[in-house]
Amino acid sequence: MREGLIEYALRLGDDSLVLGQRLSEWCGHAPMLEIDLSLANVALDLVGQATHFLKLAGETESAGRDADALAFRRDVLDFRNCLLVEQPNGDFAQTMARQFLFSNWQELLFRELTHSQNPVIAAVAAKAVKEVAYHCRLANEWMVRLGDGTADSHVRVVEGLEWMWRFVDELFVTDSEIERLIEAGIAADPRGLRPEWDLRIYQVLASATLDRPKPRRAVMGGRRGHHTEHLGHLLSGMQFLPRAYPGAIW
Amino acid sequence: MSASSTSPSLRDRVFEVLSFVPDPEIPCVSVVDLGIVRNIRDGLCPTLVITPTYTGCPATIVIEADIRAALDSAGLSEIKIETTLSPPWTTDWISDAGREKLRAYGIAPPPKGAASHSLRQGSAACPRCGSTSTEEISRFGSTPCKALYRCLSCAEPFDLFKCH
Repeated sequence: MREGLIEYALRLGDDSLVLGQRLSEWCGHAPMLEIDLSLANVALDLVGQATHFLKLAGETESAGRDADALAFRRDVLDFRNCLLVEQPNGDFAQTMARQFLFSNWQELLFRELTHSQNPVIAAVAAKAVKEVAYHCRLANEWMVRLGDGTADSHVRVVEGLEWMWRFVDELFVTDSEIERLIEAGIAADPRGLRPEWDLRIYQVLASATLDRPKPRRAVMGGRRGHHTEHLGHLLSGMQFLPRAYPGAIW
Repeated sequence: MSASSTSPSLRDRVFEVLSFVPDPEIPCVSVVDLGIVRNIRDGLCPTLVITPTYTGCPATIVIEADIRAALDSAGLSEIKIETTLSPPWTTDWISDAGREKLRAYGIAPPPKGAASHSLRQGSAACPRCGSTSTEEISRFGSTPCKALYRCLSCAEPFDLFKCH
């Protein structure tokens, strides 16, 4: 059970950390000041979640690694995030497509996790679920603006969704690592989140005049450390400073 | 001086000291006004329980350091600090005095009792002229806790402390 909890806390923490890092790449580059502020704020929320979950992983492991050690001194094969969050930002529409798919999943997941038998997971979820509601609203509204916007924005968001869609199924699968945690009421069963997620996504797509993406062969592996090439590049940027100057502090 | 015999006055003393510790990003309000300081747990080693506002608020670490420094310089270094996440902080923890200070500072305070509907889009009252004829400019603002608004009556741009 202890091994499973470490694994689960890493998955939760790495999802938030990697997406938070991705979004922060927009800082100073977004098309409008308001978008720049929004994406930086969402990134900050996600990094905050990651800090709590990685701290839990480190404390459960009791090997002397804190949240910073897990974030900055772990290699790519040891990351347990889903593949969706490590996908490149692309253009703004592709970034929003990724956020739309992820935040709606994360809100449903955290809503379940507020009932987790693990008090830390329950407390972090209860705190973060209110923040993720803001992320969902931001992403849902942008899907409608982009999809029902200009011919150009429509094409871009269709292409963004097409790219991201193959990584969706991974959000809803479970494996032997966390089965026992689900039985113990510590982890949420991701399969149970799918019907409501589908409903939410298809409702927004309909008001955004967007078709449902065609089914694609799912790409998975992030939970076992099999990542796309993009994660290594992300980590090389994120981890450079603490690795080049070990122990550096502000 | 045993902790148990001094508990009511110890609590008062600590809250008095901390009422002068400003929030690093919104210095018009103290950490007590914001409801970051929860309570004092008495016992052999008295412990001050604090809670972060937003999950990713970068001020959290600074706040804890400021509280530690204030306690130390008031001769209260024996008090430990503990952080709790539960129950989660909401804007309803901000005191009435804190709300008034925010308004005077130019930040529209969040409506009370609205935290359970964090996405409620009420009309924000302009902290300058009081008009509720206002519009949202940006839902995300200069810090995680604020949104940017504009008053349509007096044209003042202002921050709204978001419901949370």
